[in-house]
Amino acid sequence: MTSARVPAALAGACAALVLLVVVAFAVGRFPVSAADLASILWTHLTGAEHGLDPTIETVVLRIRGPRVAAALLIGAALAAAGAAYQNMFRNPLVSPDILGVSAGAAVGAVLGIFLSLNVIMIQSLAFAFGLAAVGLVYVTANAVRGHDPLLVLVLAGVVVGSLLGACVALMKYLADPYNQLPAITFWLLGSLASASPDDVWSTLPLMLLGLIPMWLLRWRINLLSLDDEEARALGVETGRIRLVVIAAATLMTSAAVAISGVIGWIGLVMPHFARLLVGPDFSRLLPTSILLGAGFLLGVDTLARTVARIEIPLGVLTAFVGTPLFLWQLATARRGWQ
Amino acid sequence: MRLEVKQLDFGYRDKRVGSGVSLSLEAGEVLCLLGPNGSGKTTLFKTMLGLLPAQGGTVLVDGADLKSRAREEVARLVSYVPQAHAAFFPFTVEEVVLMGRTAHLGVFSSPSRRDREAALSAIARMQIEHLADSVYTRISGGERQLTLIARALAQDARIVVMDEPTANLDFGNQVRVLQHIQALARSGIGVLLSTHDPDHAFICADRVVMLHDGKRMRMGAPDEAITAASLRELYGVSVEVTRIETESGVRRTACIPLLQREPGLTRWRVQ
Repeated sequence: MTSARVPAALAGACAALVLLVVVAFAVGRFPVSAADLASILWTHLTGAEHGLDPTIETVVLRIRGPRVAAALLIGAALAAAGAAYQNMFRNPLVSPDILGVSAGAAVGAVLGIFLSLNVIMIQSLAFAFGLAAVGLVYVTANAVRGHDPLLVLVLAGVVVGSLLGACVALMKYLADPYNQLPAITFWLLGSLASASPDDVWSTLPLMLLGLIPMWLLRWRINLLSLDDEEARALGVETGRIRLVVIAAATLMTSAAVAISGVIGWIGLVMPHFARLLVGPDFSRLLPTSILLGAGFLLGVDTLARTVARIEIPLGVLTAFVGTPLFLWQLATARRGWQ
Repeated sequence: MRLEVKQLDFGYRDKRVGSGVSLSLEAGEVLCLLGPNGSGKTTLFKTMLGLLPAQGGTVLVDGADLKSRAREEVARLVSYVPQAHAAFFPFTVEEVVLMGRTAHLGVFSSPSRRDREAALSAIARMQIEHLADSVYTRISGGERQLTLIARALAQDARIVVMDEPTANLDFGNQVRVLQHIQALARSGIGVLLSTHDPDHAFICADRVVMLHDGKRMRMGAPDEAITAASLRELYGVSVEVTRIETESGVRRTACIPLLQREPGLTRWRVQ
């Protein structure tokens, strides 16, 4: 990777993101032109009068705005967490699902729906269970010694993940088939349709809380991708740093899952593309992954609410879009991780 | 600056690999560790670097117990060149060498321009400037070995521990690595290396230590330690060790392996 290409790639990704935001507002049952969008945002900031139909303002600020913001936030969070996990596990094929984070958060949220709790409780449960799942995986991996610790960690993640999957299945089986089951199923498929301004404002600090240590530790995270002993010989306290980065990535993933449901593929595919664009150095990989993840989820969500008469579940669409992208990538460019 | 190992027992949690090993190394000196496959060379190195916990005995780095020092502190004093390996992500050679600066950075810092300069000068010292922008995963084994040595130089430690730096290299690269080891020692860096070729000890080592079944067998100057008898004991094969002088006047001791099972039938003479 030549360093001259990096600013160009980042600038391109930023421009594409802005374009996607404009398009996201422009399409749908109530189209908002770029000029209207600009004047509403401007007057919202300055407090002046825009003289436009108040419906447009409602669409921009109350309906489509939160949804666009949530898509950007969640896409960014999942991609950032994925990039961190991939570096830490030295494997470009891992994703936030690897530690049972998504599964844990899903159990928490489904439990909340099952117990007919309010939205805030559902989110808190998702978050608590996501962290608990990682804790369980981590404790299990530490208890089993004498093997490659990383392999044990990944295997423990798979095992705990499948246990949590069984818990979800049990609750779906026991749920009221008329009210709760559709809600659970819908939530598990992933959706941003119900994203509110409160969702966005309550998630933003959690995302930043995860992102800041990741950014501060960006150089050491590079070294986590080396052999554990090699990294320690270079002066890195791998155990401690790994713990901090896992906690940060888990926080971001759980916070995302809590408002959007389970959306796969982004944490796997976006860091991979970012690595092809700017190379593996985390100080470039992280911002690039964030831009790509945010743009990808916003694009997919715009498709999800516009291509068909009914809204297509996000998890389904990301898989439909992500799989061919990933296979194409796998077939054409191996250099990203050879 | 001195790296000293006293009565060290080492191994893994459920498997003792070696015991009672003592040795020491001064900055500016080349100490060569010889031992057959499985004799515990790598495990000894990892224990000396604090990457594996010692099961008994002590490792002293610059006079203080290794256990009492922080990871970064150890890394600033002793650097490690593992066997050339495949990396997982396509970092450039410059980025890999730059990783050697980590012990000199604060936890939250990234390399500064001065760190970059240090990395580039380490690259220049290994004469691999042409590789600086190449991707580490796509260069040859010899080039990777030189990159890892450059990384250890960038780490700026007075002692470098190298695990079989000549393994898997072609003849030219082996000689190149030996030249670099000699140059490092002349610049005041202590080098501890393991090798499978006793001739390498004759070429570049000040002292030799032999490791047999996890125990120290012999230690001393190459000419004293490496003899037909000690090599036979260490590797279980017949070898002649002889002084040679080439036509251009280079004098050196060399090992001549004998392929006959019973020594004494035919002898090769090099004189």
